Amino acid sequence: MTDQNHPQTEPKPESHVESRAKSQTEPVQSATFTKAVNAEIRRAADMGIYDIRGGGAKRSVPHFDDLLFLGASISRYPLEGYREKCATNVTLGTRFAKNPIKLDIPITIAGMSFGALSGAAKEGLGRGATAAGTSTTTGDGGMTEEERGHSDKLVYQYLPSRYGMNPDDLRRADAIEVVVGQGAKPGGGGMLLGQKISDRVADMRDLPAGIDQRSACRHPDWTGPDDLEIKILELREITGWEKPIYIKVGGARPYFDTALAVKAGADVVVLDGMQGGTAATQDVFIEHVGIPTLACIRPAVKALQELGMHRKVQLVVSGGIRNGADVAKALALGADAVSIGTAALIAMGDNDPKWEDDYQKLGTTAGAYDDWHEGRDPAGITTQDPELAARLDPLLAGKRLANYLKVMTLEAQTIARACGKSHVHNLEPEDLCALTIEAAAMARVPLAGTDWIPGKGI
Amino acid sequence: MMTTIDLTEQGLRYLNETLQQQSAGTNQQDWTIINPRGSHAIAVGLDAPIQVTVNGSTGYYCGGMNKQATIMVKGSAGPGVAENMTSGMVVVEGDASQYAGATGHGGTLVIRGNAASRCGISMKGIDIIVAGNIGHMSAFMAQKGNLVVLGDAGEALGDSLYEARLYVRGSVKSLGADCIEKDMKDEHIKQLAELLERADMDADPASFRRYGSARQLYHFDVDNVSAY
Ligand SMILES: Cc1cc2nc3c(=O)[nH]c(=O)nc-3n(C[C@H](O)[C@H](O)[C@H](O)COP(=O)(O)O)c2cc1C
Repeated sequence: MTDQNHPQTEPKPESHVESRAKSQTEPVQSATFTKAVNAEIRRAADMGIYDIRGGGAKRSVPHFDDLLFLGASISRYPLEGYREKCATNVTLGTRFAKNPIKLDIPITIAGMSFGALSGAAKEGLGRGATAAGTSTTTGDGGMTEEERGHSDKLVYQYLPSRYGMNPDDLRRADAIEVVVGQGAKPGGGGMLLGQKISDRVADMRDLPAGIDQRSACRHPDWTGPDDLEIKILELREITGWEKPIYIKVGGARPYFDTALAVKAGADVVVLDGMQGGTAATQDVFIEHVGIPTLACIRPAVKALQELGMHRKVQLVVSGGIRNGADVAKALALGADAVSIGTAALIAMGDNDPKWEDDYQKLGTTAGAYDDWHEGRDPAGITTQDPELAARLDPLLAGKRLANYLKVMTLEAQTIARACGKSHVHNLEPEDLCALTIEAAAMARVPLAGTDWIPGKGI
Repeated sequence: MMTTIDLTEQGLRYLNETLQQQSAGTNQQDWTIINPRGSHAIAVGLDAPIQVTVNGSTGYYCGGMNKQATIMVKGSAGPGVAENMTSGMVVVEGDASQYAGATGHGGTLVIRGNAASRCGISMKGIDIIVAGNIGHMSAFMAQKGNLVVLGDAGEALGDSLYEARLYVRGSVKSLGADCIEKDMKDEHIKQLAELLERADMDADPASFRRYGSARQLYHFDVDNVSAY
């Protein structure tokens, strides 16, 4: 807030001279009509179309940074850093599937479509994830050889669009993820603009090349949890009850959605909060629909616990996961694993300052570049332009991603050991406190230094 | 050689596993399923040139993701019959519920009765021939393939259509956004004659009207905003 009143305190001699010379008040920018807001109003007036962009919510919302671990003390003893084991493995799909997915680390790569990403980027994700002992996920647009070939464990998304959906790919997948929604846009479908609908992408989607393409937001052949249960039965019958079936929902009503996903027969629930990235959607959707990742976890865990399904139906949380602390916090709140999208792209080279000149040419700057739908990505990741795509070396990208995944895992282990845990899954809400009242209320852990959890009485 | 599977006795898992295990050279070409009793997911994920006859009505997703097989339902079919089929043929002697042939990538779906709403929704290359009428919002977002209707079509036919072709002999209650009537040229008469023959249906191709995409929504235009 800018205070426009003159200070009432006694002015010092030198500033006295200065304030006499001033005949005008300081120009004041409105907190409501900020420069960015006004620029957007002008842009809308110029173009007559809403702003479409990639990425997740950019506004500040309560997040994992608002939580802290307590660490060990007199009553809890820690584990020795390099000597005592702290396991990180996780098995997804233990409820019904004959072949659950066994991962070395509790961090998976989230679904990102071929079309949104280049073939080489998909290959990089596959290489990196495989080297780190985890899975990748297809996306809207079907399964590519690049990804199937390089991902040891590949989750095949079953989306409303059903682009490229076929029983052969279904059977060569390691798990199936029925996508109901995404955190960036719960209730919205995909979007891929003409520039990125290359012949290969168009062919895989059975669409004309070069059109602005909107994928469906609802599944075409089921509505509601009762239908979903039958749909899952069909998928299991087609794949011989071998593969885990995940259900992915956007962070909207996590308590009910989790309970309904369990009822519908999910092996795994994937819950994506509002900071979760997308390849493209309306900015208004990204910033104003859905709830923060932090607010999603406890209601989902509560639903699982009430149904006696916590740890039996695994919970994978995504949306703004950046480092091992975020991983550890999500697990401590009750998740079995986390999933990353944006961070994986950044590890491979997205928004790298080394391309600053190119970002400037696009009217943006490294870190802020989010026009992923336009296909002109200087880092060559969110593009179908062969020249730009050639900038990404899938081997190097894979190596970088593997390094990053390993660092995150080490960080999560470091925290878990400090809390005296021999497995990262042994982290619990009691290991946490909150820095803000909002985070305390959402994560249902006490405000630091108090025993106060807002909403818990006392 | 004809083999019979009693669904009520032998169960769904046995039924689908057995049929899915058949391969191209199988000498068990003919299968009959008795006592289907409206069960869901009957004969899904088949991938061999076999003939399967279902003696009765089926629940959801009969013939889902079919490849190569010919599946004959001697009754009516529940929602999503032949959904996402890639090849082969599914024939429903009675009526079909909603979303018949949804997202089908190929093959032929024949419905000898009527089809309910959203028939051919999001179809991607399948051919669907319906002897009776079809319900509202049929061929919604249909991308590829042909939908042939000998009777009438309900409201909002072909809404947000891409490149699928719609042939209707009777009346169309209303057309959906971006769907328009188009000329019947020789190539269309020829194609329609072939589709009718494949479905074993007797109708004069010249008596049909053709509908397709106006392609006005292919690129976002602010002046079309009311259509979205
Ligand atoms: C480029 C890109 C493409 C995406 N494509 C899909 C998709 O096809 N299907 C889907 O369910 N989610 C998609 N997502 C969302 C991710 O699966 C995931 O929910 C999200 O990225 C997690 O949040 P994070 O980016 O903050 O890690 C996409 C995200 C990005 C960044």
